[in-house]
Amino acid sequence: MSKKLRIATTSLAGCFGCHMSILDIDERLFALLELVEFDRSPITDIKHCAPCDIGIIEGGICNAENVHVLHEFRKNCKILIAIGACAINGGLPAQRNHLDLSSCLTEVYLTEPGLAHGHIPNDPELPLPLDKVHPLHEVVKIDYFIPGCPPSADAIWKFLTDLIAGKTPELGHGLIKYD
Amino acid sequence: MAADDLCLLEQIVARHGNDASKLLQILREVQECFGFIAPAAVNSLAESLAIPRARIESVASFYSFLHLTPHGEYRVLFSDNITDRMLGSQDLMAQMCQQLWLQPGKVSEDGLVSIGTTSCTGMCDQGPALLVNGRAITRLTHQRVMEIGQLIRNRTPLADWPADFFRIENNVRRSDLVLGSTLLPGVVLQIALALGGQHVVDSIKTSGLRGRGGAGFPTGLKWEGCRNAPGSEHYVVCNADEGEPGTFKDRVLLNLQPDLVFEGMTLCALAVGAKKGFLYLRGEYRYLLEPLQAVLQRRRDDNLLGKSILGFPGFDFDIEIHLGAGAYICGEESALIESLEGKRGVPRNRPPFPVTHGYLQQPTAVDNVETFCQAVLALHIDAEKYRAIGTEKSSGTKLISVSGDCPRPGIYEYPFGVTVREVLQDCGAVNTRAVQISGPAGVCLGESEFGRKLGFEDLPTAGAFMVFDDSRDMFEVARNFVHFFAHESCGFCTPCRVGTSILKQTMDKIAAGHGTRYDLNEVENLDRVLQTTSHCGLGRSACNPVLHTLKHFRPAYENKLKSLDFEPAFDLDGALARARQMTGRDDAGAHLKAEGI
Amino acid sequence: MSDTFQLDGATIPFEIGQTVMQAALAAGHYIPHLCYHPEFKPHGSCKLCTVKVNGRTAASCTMPAEAGLNVESEIEELNALRRTLVQMLFAEGNHFCPSCEKSGNCVLQALGYDLEVHATGFRHLYPDRPLDASHPDILLDFNRCILCELCVRASGEVDGKNVFALSGRGISKHLIVNAESGLLKDTNIALGDKAMQVCPVGVILKKRVGFSTPIGKRRYDQRPISAQALDDAPRQAAAAGSCESCEGTP
Repeated sequence: MSKKLRIATTSLAGCFGCHMSILDIDERLFALLELVEFDRSPITDIKHCAPCDIGIIEGGICNAENVHVLHEFRKNCKILIAIGACAINGGLPAQRNHLDLSSCLTEVYLTEPGLAHGHIPNDPELPLPLDKVHPLHEVVKIDYFIPGCPPSADAIWKFLTDLIAGKTPELGHGLIKYD
Repeated sequence: MAADDLCLLEQIVARHGNDASKLLQILREVQECFGFIAPAAVNSLAESLAIPRARIESVASFYSFLHLTPHGEYRVLFSDNITDRMLGSQDLMAQMCQQLWLQPGKVSEDGLVSIGTTSCTGMCDQGPALLVNGRAITRLTHQRVMEIGQLIRNRTPLADWPADFFRIENNVRRSDLVLGSTLLPGVVLQIALALGGQHVVDSIKTSGLRGRGGAGFPTGLKWEGCRNAPGSEHYVVCNADEGEPGTFKDRVLLNLQPDLVFEGMTLCALAVGAKKGFLYLRGEYRYLLEPLQAVLQRRRDDNLLGKSILGFPGFDFDIEIHLGAGAYICGEESALIESLEGKRGVPRNRPPFPVTHGYLQQPTAVDNVETFCQAVLALHIDAEKYRAIGTEKSSGTKLISVSGDCPRPGIYEYPFGVTVREVLQDCGAVNTRAVQISGPAGVCLGESEFGRKLGFEDLPTAGAFMVFDDSRDMFEVARNFVHFFAHESCGFCTPCRVGTSILKQTMDKIAAGHGTRYDLNEVENLDRVLQTTSHCGLGRSACNPVLHTLKHFRPAYENKLKSLDFEPAFDLDGALARARQMTGRDDAGAHLKAEGI
Repeated sequence: MSDTFQLDGATIPFEIGQTVMQAALAAGHYIPHLCYHPEFKPHGSCKLCTVKVNGRTAASCTMPAEAGLNVESEIEELNALRRTLVQMLFAEGNHFCPSCEKSGNCVLQALGYDLEVHATGFRHLYPDRPLDASHPDILLDFNRCILCELCVRASGEVDGKNVFALSGRGISKHLIVNAESGLLKDTNIALGDKAMQVCPVGVILKKRVGFSTPIGKRRYDQRPISAQALDDAPRQAAAAGSCESCEGTP
């Protein structure tokens, strides 16, 4: 048998719903694990990405840390896949894009009723938010997209097995979903 | 709305016979009278014209020179064609903004003035130019801009500004058949009337005359088609919406040879059986309205217009002038007709064509200003002789509007077939890197192609001839044109509305130093979609400036590209600036390095 | 007596005055479309229905049918163009399907599914388009507007009310309502209006009925739009008349 493909996954400005959907592949995960092994991923708890064949990223880019992680994935993964609505078009977090970041921070941390002595968190440990939320393909080159919020386990399974088999992944009616 | 204002409004509406199809003309006059079209005015118009107010807003918002909110007592618009920019318009605008404490596109807090840009105003041979409350001022210098600033600050009425500011030159550098004509009004019409409309059609067909607006459709065939099309009325329309950046020959013709234009329209009326004609004059040429109306009145007085023209019973024809209001797309004939009908200037679905279903769905012959002039002369000198001028498939002469890097910009009339090189020699251009023929939608030629000929066989043109010398960055030329298309897209069809906007973003991305080869591929992809699916020529040619300059001047792009496959369109570190400011952080973690991947 | 033209190798009969689209749908052949609606005058703005007619591209909804035309539609070259057009529409507005009541019944979304559009590809424009919740029974969410003008046409041509119009030009073109306040509550729109039924996306929504159909049972959950659009098209007999059904409405 040929060498197993290495896959890394992560969630940026997402809700881990897409990862839940990956887990929903259920017993087919065993079949998948015959073909692949996981590198950096919430499944393995590996903290940094080694060179991989496929990177799967959930969530959009809303802060500096997201950018660092995305860059790490792009550098290490031959194929990068954006999974889910947030990774593809910013999703729910991007609905702040028509608001000014300063007024968001001011309202949330300074002027909201009930906030006494509020201040905007400035601990260097915290990543700074970007002025807009971006889908992944606006920051690095993305090779494939699996739409859905989240995509169903069947869609993920179909997509990955197509890809691993060397075919252009196609979802088709019932599996392709934007919601 | 004050009673006096309402009264003025009613007068305007009454002058146009309470006719909703005159909506654009009414809105123009309201704008001119009040400085903007107030909500109360919209309500009043909706009532007196018996149309929904949303329709009025819909039409008004389509045209750049109409405003639904206050835009200042003085509304200054700098012409933003590349030739104006090459003459320093951007610095001059910055200077005026500074002088008047104003940001471009904003109205001053006291409501006195707004400053912005507008598409080419057709003064490229005497730029940089601007419009103030619709009136053109040319030959701008730092001194002149400062004086304008003072006049505005002092609230000096426009009528009291120095007359020299508004002087517009003809700059005719080379005359031939049309510009050299000394024909007396009515001479050709008299002969044509004796021979009849069919004879006019036949002669124009024989002359080989083709439309001078750029497309080159045979004029005789158009007139014949219109003549033969069934309809309760037939119409003649003169397209004087000369919006193609770099073109200004129609302005000069309307100024120097208005009788040729109107005589040509009258001949066409005879040929197609029309009783009514329209001259659609671009808003930028507002200053020509009164002189042209005086010419029309003189022709009426001389019985060259009106009832039983020159004593021929039954031949009645008159001409009305309609003004545009800042929309390049109205130069497209079906959009022009929509605009004439008082609507948004959106090109129609074709077929049917205007020649059978034009103004008010009746047969309509729409021709360019120059075409009408040429038609008169073709009949005058004899169709066969006319055909002998120029080249085999392009008979007659052509007016070329020369601007850009040359010591003698202006109007040059040549027989068709003149080479680009000859024009360059005549206008004194040296070290020429490129020539843009026929505006942004046309072609960009490099030095190796200067032997090519102007004419329908080789380089069809509406007349723009913009010269760029070796000091010019051809990428910036293309970027200016791409901005023009995005600004002028009517927004009707998906590919043009969204595509021109994406193209503009891509060019700005490259200009900002974030461009990659990936972006150039995207331009090619966009071109494929725009060319094949756009509703009209604007969208179909929107990528031309980029593709043509890429072909000849690829290094102008490549030296701006990062040697990477991908770069975001925005500055990642810059996107954190707001958050840094709000948190007061400036540690290493508060920054993002640009990383090429 | 009717003439015929060829569509992807099939012979399509047509009546004089029909467009390529009308004849094709009446004959049971689907051509993707978005701004076309069998009950209104063809408009030709979305360009999704672009076909090749004798080798040249044209919008099939406005292209008059003529005898002997050779029309190509179901070819990869055209589907690639259509895919890009759908992507452009997604990039232009704010289309967040998971939070949209119209999801599952949306024509734009269904076309994206059918054309296997996985992502927008372009940079999102993220326009600022505040919604109008002023009306007690109707919500307008302009974020999803694709400027197809179906509501404009329905309100003008059928309802005779002109509640909607388009304002602005180019990329800043947008939908407005016929009221000085700019608010829907100040118009004479009514729930029974045709304009309430025609929005192919989630702009014009009846309040308090959202998400009533469970996922899996919504219109395009069941069959792809290419299979369903034909149900809406007037068949041969009714070709010249109007049709009761309406796309995008479950």
